[in-house]
Amino acid sequence: MSLHLALIALLFALHFILPDYHHGNLARVMVLAVYAMAYNVMFGYTGLLSLGHAMFFCAGMYGMGLSMRLYEISAGPAFLIGLSVSVIFSLLIGLLALRTIGVAFMIVTLMFSQAIFLTILYFNPITRGDEGFVIPQAARQIAGIDLSDSGNRYFAALILFSICLLAVLKLVRAPTGRVLIAIRENEERAKMLGYDIWAHKLGAVVMSGTMAGAAGAAYGLLFGTVGASFAEVPFSILPLLYVLLGGPGTVIGPFVGTLFMFYLRDLSSALTDAHMLVAGVVLILLTIYARRGIMGLIREKWLKWLP
Amino acid sequence: MAIKKHLDVQPTRRNVLTGLAAAGAATTLPGFAPYVQAQSSAPIRIGFQVHRTGIGAAYGRWYDRTTTAAAKVINDAGGINGRPVEIIAEDDGTDPKRGAEVIEKFATYHKADIAFGTLFSHVVIGSAPRAGELKMPYFVVSEGHHVASGMLNRYTLQPGITDVKSQVQAMAPFVANNLGKKVTMIFPDFAFGHDHRDYFSAAVEAQGGEVVAKIAIPPTETSFTKYFPKIPRNTDVIYHVMVGPAVLTFVKEMGEFFGSSRPEIFGFIDSLEAVDLKTQGLEFLEGTYFWEGNPRYAQANQSEHDKFYRAAVGVDQNGASISDGKDVSTYAHMFGCWETLHVIKAGMEASGYQGPSDRAKLIEAVEAMTNMPLSQAHPQGAKMFNGKTHQVFGHQYITQVKGGRLELAHTTSIEDTMYPDEVDYTSQSF
Repeated sequence: MSLHLALIALLFALHFILPDYHHGNLARVMVLAVYAMAYNVMFGYTGLLSLGHAMFFCAGMYGMGLSMRLYEISAGPAFLIGLSVSVIFSLLIGLLALRTIGVAFMIVTLMFSQAIFLTILYFNPITRGDEGFVIPQAARQIAGIDLSDSGNRYFAALILFSICLLAVLKLVRAPTGRVLIAIRENEERAKMLGYDIWAHKLGAVVMSGTMAGAAGAAYGLLFGTVGASFAEVPFSILPLLYVLLGGPGTVIGPFVGTLFMFYLRDLSSALTDAHMLVAGVVLILLTIYARRGIMGLIREKWLKWLP
Repeated sequence: MAIKKHLDVQPTRRNVLTGLAAAGAATTLPGFAPYVQAQSSAPIRIGFQVHRTGIGAAYGRWYDRTTTAAAKVINDAGGINGRPVEIIAEDDGTDPKRGAEVIEKFATYHKADIAFGTLFSHVVIGSAPRAGELKMPYFVVSEGHHVASGMLNRYTLQPGITDVKSQVQAMAPFVANNLGKKVTMIFPDFAFGHDHRDYFSAAVEAQGGEVVAKIAIPPTETSFTKYFPKIPRNTDVIYHVMVGPAVLTFVKEMGEFFGSSRPEIFGFIDSLEAVDLKTQGLEFLEGTYFWEGNPRYAQANQSEHDKFYRAAVGVDQNGASISDGKDVSTYAHMFGCWETLHVIKAGMEASGYQGPSDRAKLIEAVEAMTNMPLSQAHPQGAKMFNGKTHQVFGHQYITQVKGGRLELAHTTSIEDTMYPDEVDYTSQSF
């Protein structure tokens, strides 16, 4: 617990120290880390490998964005609409996709996500398809706080990040979280012990989907843009990479992975156009030498107690 | 005599030393030395957002070359306000998320004076909000209608390339009066295709023509044979605007479908930018017409300015790289980078731009521009800038494929490309 509170305190302190550029980056990384933490709940703790998480991100993003664009709802309620859409959407997807397991589950989530992407393109007059749309700066205010201001944006991202971090921490320490881990480790045994596997898995999908949706809605509000590129396949793969790098099944891992990937790309693209090659090589090295990711390695070697 | 004596005053060692000491003391005042430096010789830093990777990479490569060439020409002629131009390029990955990050990087890390570049509309739409928030002038070369539609903000301008709405509507008179009145449109089923569908349908009807079928092709499609039977028999002209790697298959299958008896065909070159027209499978395009923002092949009436621009960028008479004839340019679009940089130079000089505190003055100076005559700064042709909508208007070219070359068939007037204003950015505060 204290480690996680220390991370939040550190992020708070960094607001006052960091130069503008890194300050802006960190706000972005925190929002993306929420998306990665959401992914971690399903993949890292429950062992459900989804290849279509972008659809959950977009459920929140478009739920928020379209309610502002079409009905001129203000930012606060629009964010809540985005969250509600994510809850309902992830429940629906969970009910359908959880009828499959393993490779079939991966394919079903990938297909659902692709269907959402094509739906966004199809309803172009409403969504502006691949081009997306802008959320006007003037509308991006909650209770008079201008979310486009860099300081406010940083704190909004930090609040969302902290809530999600502590929620995941609480989950994995609670009995429910232990059951999720049990499902990951040995589903048959967990079932034999009398746990309702289906309900736990569905709960994990809904929690993960809602958190991803919160990240999507926050991203749209804080950075002012909504677009179909957030529904494309690569955006579903990103949280998988973040989690694999940072350490699946660790609470802090997704944040570490997101931060690492962000700067890996930023720094390598200054050196070469082949920045994805650099990312690929790093991933291969990590898979060979640190199969449990950065935080997983630290847990294995030094901090056995790390949740 | 008295006057002569006065002029003849020789500097003594004492007052030279005093003067030097005073100047030295002044430059040690906080903030003073950098100010002197900035005013005199420090480069003007232009952040260049470029598609180095992702789907726009072919465009990005040529946008890069054109920008480098334009900056060299400007620097060789003394720079901007006597200061050299420094281009700071960052890859946006043809991705809106990264695009916005790059804009931030220009503003807060590179401390660039302004941002410039990029083609794909979704990247511009993803980046422009951040440019507006950071109060960073953002000059785009995107041909999207997003600027003139009023979606963006006062800091985003498109002074170097016309937008899709004006390009498309300017084609209608030529198509209806020369190729035929009954048009079948084939377009990709996403925003870019829908823009073509909507703007062209309206414009061709205004010319007494009619769109007899609108065939939308899903973006994931790889084979098109099932769509061709949907083309009505009474079609005079097919209007196609396919983009992406599937275009070669599209052309080949269309050729197989029609054989030797085909209707007139008119298309947008966007799909074949950076593609050699002599590529196998494209023979079927012989005799068909294309919109080109700027003719790829040097024409008989080539202006001296096009000649200069072509040589400076390193493009041969066929629109390919001088050093590699197979490396075909994106000639119909990339002039936008050249012209935009020259507009930036003109704007900075008109506003007496010194540094970031003059950004609003720079925008106002560009907003005040109207006529841009054909010149070395505007080799594609004369243009009219609309300061209210932040969008430039200019001639469009229609070329015909003859012997594997694109030969100029028609040049539209600037008036053909105009439409009523949809926004007045000058009413927005800075």
